[in-house]
Amino acid sequence: MLSRVAEELYWIGRYVERAEDTSRLLDVHVYSLLEDPWVDPQQASRDVLRVMGEPVPEGPVDARRATEALSFPRTAPGTIAGSLAAARDAARGVREALSSELWECLNATYHALPAQEAAMRTLGPHGFFRYVRERAAVVAGLIDGTMPRDDGWRFLVLGRSLERVDMTARLLRSRAGRSSASSGWVDLLKCCSAHEAYLRSYRAAVEPERVVEFLVLDRLFPRSIYAALVQAETCLVELDPSAGRAGHEDAARRLLGRARTALEFRTYDEMLHELPELLDMLQRTVSEAGEALGQRYFAHGTALTWTAEADA
Amino acid sequence: MTHVARTVRLVSDLFDGYRLDAHGAYDEVFGADGRPHASSAPLHAVLQQLSASDLDTRTAALARAFRDQGITFSLSGEERPFPLDLVPRVVPAHEWAVVERGVQQRVRTLEAFLADVQGRQEVLRDGIVPRRVVASSSAHTRAAYGVVPANGVRVHVSGVDLIRDEQGEFRVLEDNLRTPSGVSYVVENRRAMARTFPELLSAHRVRPVSDYPERLLAALQAAAPARAGGDPTVVVLTPGVYNSAYFEHTLLARLMGVELVEGRDLTCRDDTVWMRTTGGERRVDVVYRRIDDDFLDPLHFRPDSLVGCPGLLNAARGGGVTIANAVGNGVADDKLLYTYVPALVRYYLGEEPVLPNVDTYRLEDGDQLAWVLEHLDTLVLKPVEGSGGKGIVIGPQASDAELATLRTAVAADPRGWIAQRVVRLSTSPTHVGDRLAPRHVDLRPFAVNDGDEVWVAPGGLTRVALPEGSLVVNSSQGGGSKDTWVLAAEGAHDDAEPTPGRPPMLPRPGLGRHRMDRSPADLNDQQQQQQQQQDRGVSPC
Repeated sequence: MLSRVAEELYWIGRYVERAEDTSRLLDVHVYSLLEDPWVDPQQASRDVLRVMGEPVPEGPVDARRATEALSFPRTAPGTIAGSLAAARDAARGVREALSSELWECLNATYHALPAQEAAMRTLGPHGFFRYVRERAAVVAGLIDGTMPRDDGWRFLVLGRSLERVDMTARLLRSRAGRSSASSGWVDLLKCCSAHEAYLRSYRAAVEPERVVEFLVLDRLFPRSIYAALVQAETCLVELDPSAGRAGHEDAARRLLGRARTALEFRTYDEMLHELPELLDMLQRTVSEAGEALGQRYFAHGTALTWTAEADA
Repeated sequence: MTHVARTVRLVSDLFDGYRLDAHGAYDEVFGADGRPHASSAPLHAVLQQLSASDLDTRTAALARAFRDQGITFSLSGEERPFPLDLVPRVVPAHEWAVVERGVQQRVRTLEAFLADVQGRQEVLRDGIVPRRVVASSSAHTRAAYGVVPANGVRVHVSGVDLIRDEQGEFRVLEDNLRTPSGVSYVVENRRAMARTFPELLSAHRVRPVSDYPERLLAALQAAAPARAGGDPTVVVLTPGVYNSAYFEHTLLARLMGVELVEGRDLTCRDDTVWMRTTGGERRVDVVYRRIDDDFLDPLHFRPDSLVGCPGLLNAARGGGVTIANAVGNGVADDKLLYTYVPALVRYYLGEEPVLPNVDTYRLEDGDQLAWVLEHLDTLVLKPVEGSGGKGIVIGPQASDAELATLRTAVAADPRGWIAQRVVRLSTSPTHVGDRLAPRHVDLRPFAVNDGDEVWVAPGGLTRVALPEGSLVVNSSQGGGSKDTWVLAAEGAHDDAEPTPGRPPMLPRPGLGRHRMDRSPADLNDQQQQQQQQQDRGVSPC
């Protein structure tokens, strides 16, 4: 497949996941502020912005302001609307490589944004977040149900998985080292749609250590960091099944493999103890793996400009 | 004839006040007596049963579907839908047969002309076309000279623009042999019509247009260089997402199942074209390019082109790749050469032209120029280099100031213009406001030449000028489109396939608590037991 197309597919995967995870985060954030009288709204809103890598403005930052900053500006690739617009733009450039249902879904989602934004301003943000999550689920379903499992599919899923690792690490980072008031940890689980899955697997009250364990290490829950890493690694293996005799040639695969084993073979106590460093390492890994992918698969021709013959 | 006498009297709301053109244009649905043509009767009958709000609802649904599917064209960087009018244009089989023969004849003639003019140039030596007509064409390029296409085809795809004159006869308005666009709307309009107006489509036997991509792919594969072997790699080369016809490029690539590449995806080495893929470089055998000659190869044409691929032309010359359509075709669809095409039909094929030209004046001739300058207010003046309707002046609709400017421009550069009689393009009922009103239309059928046969897709793009009285149909000038329905001849089948035998009927498991092996009696027992358990639980014993 064309390198340019592969790169766009990878980014479609990333942007859609980013929009979805951001809306999950904000949904929980806004409503936990409303329901929990002990949270300082200013501090919590600043934390959210910081975790998402957005600049924190001077002066008071309430939930509304943080929500709007992360939802609307369509030119910023970190916002929900910006991610969806970027995903649609990328799709527009490679629509012959997508199933037409998938393209239509991304395109229609983009076109509905203005109406959704207007509704959010009058009816509150929940409907908007829900819309984004549902559309992301439709995208995932269409990727699953209408795309052949070829390299194109692998790049889509690879992008989605890496973004998921990054976003989940950011979510946990916002909590790591903070008090163990359990409502915050429940929120965290809800952000990842993991609350019910957690309850079913532990059959116990929500405890911070277990939450971390579940979101980082659970092998079965698809939104855990471990599961997303394994998914990404699988895509890389399938993209290039040739394994050398010693070690791995593929830089991205090496990075992801190293991160996975760092999680897999660490003791539980070690992990809790070094959690902030571990989460930083995961975010770095995603960024470096992205660069490695760029060098390996997304080769660009240098843009050449020709001039008329020079005078002798 | 008064206006009143030409008003169609009908009971239906939609046709209320439908007034045939005062200047005598042919109408696609109604005869001069106000009754529908025989071939339009079913269309007329279905439309009569509809109300304006029916049409509005369907038009809105259609616009939304087009927007969501991204069926748009770009105008000055903005994505716009190409409005589709819900009233199709119906072409009966016998009329289509003329169009088909005429287009085939035209394409075969122009293929012969291109081969000649880029080779032995006998047509110039024999004086059929003056040498200066070819030499002065801006599309004339040395780069094309001596390139011999693998299967002899230079015009793989063409779009011949037709109009109907006041008598209802089809005439050729211009030939497009470079990168004619619009075929995506032919395919998509049909899909859209089938969904939004099924009862109308089912009232007709319309020949399908959906095999266009298949035909195109076969023609492109047939044009591959010999060394490509049995399975040549075809790509569609697009200037990129900001091009006005980008949607079409993606559609064709998708429906042919080939890569859509940009110049930056390609690289040339040793007269071979490669594309950069995740699995390394892959050889390209046929480039269906949707980029103009000027931008195709910065080594030969404009050095500042960023959308082309340096070295592409040399690769084609060396037989390493086929460029479709060929470079240099513009010399044959030049507006001035157009006036010579009927003579070329006689010269190369020894036949009379099936489709006549529109009466055209060559302005290099001093007498004709003088006459034309006197009569500018009754003629259409077209710049030879223009496309997309740019620069066209329609005399009867122009102001005195415009005519004065035009006079100066034409006198200064007679080679740059042609003059044509004003033809009142035929009209077709078009949804405007809350009713149907006549609007002028043209027709662009598409032809694919695979070297053995020139295939004309049964249909084509009908463009409609939406402003009242306007004769300019280009999409960039506020035009819309109509689906073109070519009716099947009586008893004809496009692809007659034997009806397969009836498939066997197999029961499907499921229902009844998803079990097929339990009898209904078992189920009843189970339900009763569950209910009893519940009752016992509640009873206070």
